[in-house]
Amino acid sequence: MELLNAFILLSNFVLVPAIAYGSQLALGALGVTLIYGILRFSNFAHGDTMAFGAMVTILFTWWFQSMGISIDPLPTALLALPFGILCCIGFVLATDRIVYRFYRRQKAAPVIFLIASMGVMFVTNGIVRFIIGPNDQQFADGERFIVKARTFKQMTGLEEGLSFKVSQGITVVTAILVVIALFWFLNRTRTGKSMRAYSDNEDLALLSGINPDKVVMVAWIIAATLATIAGTLYGLDKSFKPFTYLQLLLPIFAAAIVGGLGSPIGAIAGGFVIAFSEIMVTYAYKKFIAYLVPESWEPDTLVQLLSTDYKFAVSFMILLLVLLFRPTGIFAGKSV
Amino acid sequence: MKKLLLASAATVALAGSAFAEAHGDVKLGVILGFTGPIESLTPAMAAGAEQAMSEVSESGKFMGGKSITSVRADSTCVDSAAASAAAERLITSDGVSGIVGADCSGVTTAILTNVAVANGMVMISPSATSPALSDVEDNGLFFRTSPSDARQGQVMTEVIMDRDIKSVAITYTNNDYGKGLADAFQSSFEAAGGTVTISAAHEDGKADYSAEVGALAAAGGDVLVVVGYLDQGGKGVIEGSLDSGAFDTFVLSDGMVGDSLPEAIGSDLNGSFGQAPGTDSEGAAMLNDLMADVDASAPYVAESYDAAALIALAMQAADSTDPSVYKEKIMDVANAPGEKIMPGELGKALEIIAGGGDVDYVGGSNVELIGAGESAGSYREIEIKDGALSTVGFR
Repeated sequence: MELLNAFILLSNFVLVPAIAYGSQLALGALGVTLIYGILRFSNFAHGDTMAFGAMVTILFTWWFQSMGISIDPLPTALLALPFGILCCIGFVLATDRIVYRFYRRQKAAPVIFLIASMGVMFVTNGIVRFIIGPNDQQFADGERFIVKARTFKQMTGLEEGLSFKVSQGITVVTAILVVIALFWFLNRTRTGKSMRAYSDNEDLALLSGINPDKVVMVAWIIAATLATIAGTLYGLDKSFKPFTYLQLLLPIFAAAIVGGLGSPIGAIAGGFVIAFSEIMVTYAYKKFIAYLVPESWEPDTLVQLLSTDYKFAVSFMILLLVLLFRPTGIFAGKSV
Repeated sequence: MKKLLLASAATVALAGSAFAEAHGDVKLGVILGFTGPIESLTPAMAAGAEQAMSEVSESGKFMGGKSITSVRADSTCVDSAAASAAAERLITSDGVSGIVGADCSGVTTAILTNVAVANGMVMISPSATSPALSDVEDNGLFFRTSPSDARQGQVMTEVIMDRDIKSVAITYTNNDYGKGLADAFQSSFEAAGGTVTISAAHEDGKADYSAEVGALAAAGGDVLVVVGYLDQGGKGVIEGSLDSGAFDTFVLSDGMVGDSLPEAIGSDLNGSFGQAPGTDSEGAAMLNDLMADVDASAPYVAESYDAAALIALAMQAADSTDPSVYKEKIMDVANAPGEKIMPGELGKALEIIAGGGDVDYVGGSNVELIGAGESAGSYREIEIKDGALSTVGFR
């Protein structure tokens, strides 16, 4: 019983939140890594692309809600998601046409692309705030919990509760589906294979007749799709506020780099490494240990490795270590 | 050629300032965080300050018919370098005669020490509440229409003790405001015989607060004291705690009190309580009637109105827009003796002062400046009932 309580306690405060957060980071990091693989630059605008896609989804969600369309118990946002994705694709392709294509023709260095993407980031950020405003927006509806902590306690008679939110469930399921679809696309379809070829060796790919414009376009389409899905899922789980999407950029980049830039598997692994390390290293294990050891051994202190103030130091320490000892990331992407 | 350009530029600049002088425009800077963590609060605050300015201008009685124009600048709330640069611009390039702001305690301290003191500029902050600002070296230039958080820490202790709660966990936003109030509250709560199980910081605007919630839950406590911002990390921590069942009841600091919090979280928040600066004086209601488009009961709107009004009245009393002259008059117009001045009566106040009389500015937030020029502070105790804020009493 004590063992079970300890396990539930850890699941409730560490495992479940870390898995949901990790999936959100992984989806974001996939988009970053894909653009890095194909276009060879770090796309700083990705966080705000997520915000843009999520914003359009929210606007459609509100419209659906006002018309009374819903898919209870699931959130209406899922229904609006395809429309958000379409608009976001249009937006991203337009940016590519207006900004990045110019630099591609100039054969500009990656660092110039990177700086241009920062410009795009600020402009996108401004557009999002201009349209939906800087405030917090609520758009989640439908059932909120799969299991509530209190109901779980009553059901099982345990001392510790376990809560599992609908948004967390949707996040994990969607992340798995999207990753399967992406891998199927990259490994099994002709376009996917030509994208991998282009990423591996641009000159060779061009010589074998791969159309670079098409590859670039498909990469942007996939990146916009991933960004909208990640942005919407994140907004469903927490809440939508343009400012946080800018902040989300840091852990996403950490995840992509730790996993290995350009490697899709690496992006997913990196997302979970960052999420788990942030939460596990700063968790206070006092109660957890108290369940496992006899009463007289119960610790007086919180048994916390690091205060939560250092949460971000943890992910950046990992980033530093990885860059020092494995500069290409865990899954051997491109070196940065 | 170069000399000619320089000369003509200088002429234009001179002519420009002479032009402004002749038309009697007094400029006031409004430096608030229009971007950054509290960007959702600042538009209403600026509107409050500008309401006072336009009221003064329209009365036609300000220093023989001069008008006040507002120059907005962005304090960002968090970036001291950007805020100092913006304040520098207000003073050197826009030529303001006084500053309403800044908002967050950190940038306010930075602007005050780097820019305002160096340039001899008067600053009245509507919302910086860090206790550290009470004894900062300011040459008598800094005032605030908000109370120091040392006072709020005591009020919060009383509010909690009255409910017979003896053990709390604290989470605070990691900045001067959060740390200052959390420390003030902790020492006051422990002195009153309570126990603080943990006092942990959270960063605003971050992606995920599971780690913070985990640590707070492990430490335990009857309630969770949340010192932060209602649309930032504070809200994130509350949502995380409710979702995981870590805490059911929350004590909210002033930055957490607002309608958007119960709206966003819903009925789960029922029973939580807290306090925010506020009075039961009629000034707040009068200000609300005055301002058509903006909700004057939103945080720090009344304080912003009062800050701008105090500058105007002090200028009138000193008959000068020179900060080093009118800074002496701010305490005089804010406190007794004199005719009590409510929102909407600025024209009357200007007339009294012009006639040599005394005013005691009350305004929208019941202004009474104490100590080094900060509001004495009366607080509204609130509780969340049926998913909405309700006022329990005043302390």
